[in-house]
Amino acid sequence: MIAHAIFFYTFSIIAVVSAIMVTASKNTVHSVFFLILDFISISCLFIMIGAEFLGMIMLIVYVGAVAVLFLFVVMMLNVAQQKNQWFAGQTTSKHIPVGLIISTVIFFEIIIVIGGWKYKPEIFDINNSLANTSVSNTHSLGQILYTDYIHVFQISGMILLVAMVGAIVLTFRQRSGLKRQSYIKQISRERAEGVEVLEVQSNKGVKIDD
Amino acid sequence: MEYLSIVFQEVYKILFLLVPVLVSVAMIVWLDRRVWAFVQKRQGPNVVGPFGLLQSLADALKYIFKEIIIPSSSNKVIFILAPIVTMTLALIAWAVIPFSATQVLADINVGILYLFAVSSLGVYGIIMGGWASNSKYPFLGAIRSAAQMVSYEVSIGVIIINVLLCVGSLNLNDIVIAQQNMWFVIPLFPMFVIFFISALAETNRPPFDLPEAEAELVAGYQTEYSGMMYAMFWLGEYANILLMCAMGAILFLGGWMSPIDVYPFTLVPGAIWLILKILLLFILFALVKAIVPRYRYDQLMRLGWKVFLPLSLIWVVLTASYLFYFNLLPVN
Repeated sequence: MIAHAIFFYTFSIIAVVSAIMVTASKNTVHSVFFLILDFISISCLFIMIGAEFLGMIMLIVYVGAVAVLFLFVVMMLNVAQQKNQWFAGQTTSKHIPVGLIISTVIFFEIIIVIGGWKYKPEIFDINNSLANTSVSNTHSLGQILYTDYIHVFQISGMILLVAMVGAIVLTFRQRSGLKRQSYIKQISRERAEGVEVLEVQSNKGVKIDD
Repeated sequence: MEYLSIVFQEVYKILFLLVPVLVSVAMIVWLDRRVWAFVQKRQGPNVVGPFGLLQSLADALKYIFKEIIIPSSSNKVIFILAPIVTMTLALIAWAVIPFSATQVLADINVGILYLFAVSSLGVYGIIMGGWASNSKYPFLGAIRSAAQMVSYEVSIGVIIINVLLCVGSLNLNDIVIAQQNMWFVIPLFPMFVIFFISALAETNRPPFDLPEAEAELVAGYQTEYSGMMYAMFWLGEYANILLMCAMGAILFLGGWMSPIDVYPFTLVPGAIWLILKILLLFILFALVKAIVPRYRYDQLMRLGWKVFLPLSLIWVVLTASYLFYFNLLPVN
């Protein structure tokens, strides 16, 4: 049990500290690296409570894909603005009140949820009969997701798809005058249409590709 | 006291796994160069030791004694972390590889997801190295590599789903045992081919070695590295290649199972079979390196997104409907 506690506190301290460092660090790329550290320690916490599927999916989706794209964008920004660190010198910002309001709202929401969960468990209709410890949590997740909540699951997938299509539509520009390559054309080219043998008369020259 | 003995036991097990992996990484570099030379009718490394077997050792010694140069304008912490991350990620993945039904360091429920997750984290070593060098060539190489690895991961993920549909479990030992009657390479042959090519792209092997295309990018993300740090990148890369071969062997070639289930073959321990299968796949990797020219970047992206992803998705639908129609779905 002691080892469990030691691991739990190590991972949670790393998670909290790196979460703070995400906002506190001056270098944007460092923030993203702290975000990755945060994701990793949270997925370790997931694995510790026995939700190994969630932990691994967290690792694959957030760390393996989303954070890479984050890093990608931030690195691009950083290369352009390496010299003028645009918020290094400023000590105050006008965004602070907005941030404060949002964080208070989130704080109270968390208080309500945790308090309700602790003192009025009947409000949250957690169907404990579904939790079956004999099967692995991958199986139980699949059994719930694809039976009782299939429509919600499909709708959330559709929402993601719509977001993706929307992003593509918003950024898509039809550019004219581009040379496009056709792989079929390139591969099926024969020697006859690519090479031409000409008799060149001295001091006359030939015209090709006019 | 009891605690300590458990810790020592685990450390012993880990060493027993990692030391052979590291030695085989060194050997595999030699094998790679020999196969490459063989295809091109050259000798390859043949001077140091018998058949040049100790060449990698000599190289490693040379790297150890070289000076480590850290560029003054680099981001030092991340610059030093990058090879460490690459190396660590390449080694921790071996924890779940089963060498026989019982010989596995961590027989976890989600073994294949763990492998996939670790291999998808491999991109960080490259991005960190490329960015922290604060130089144009490494940065371009890192960006190329990130895009390439993220793209090909998608198709590897879908291919894993194909296998999982036939197995019904995420445990690597279950995946091996499910191939008792028939290796998955037979019913899922197109997926095996796509997996092999995606593995080449995922490990930045030729013909997909664009992150370090020497004609365009000097050495890609490794340009600013020297000495032992460079060697660590290099070791991590080859450990990753071995890992991908092991993944292919487990997913498609029956892992530690003997090819024929008859008397003299079943005597051979499972670890030997797994190693032989890994070697077979690695020799294929090396042959591809020797005979195929480098891809152009846009062709690489097209192959990943427009060919492999749709193909493997269609194959998921086919596999699922076949299993469903003939009532073969693994239900436990």
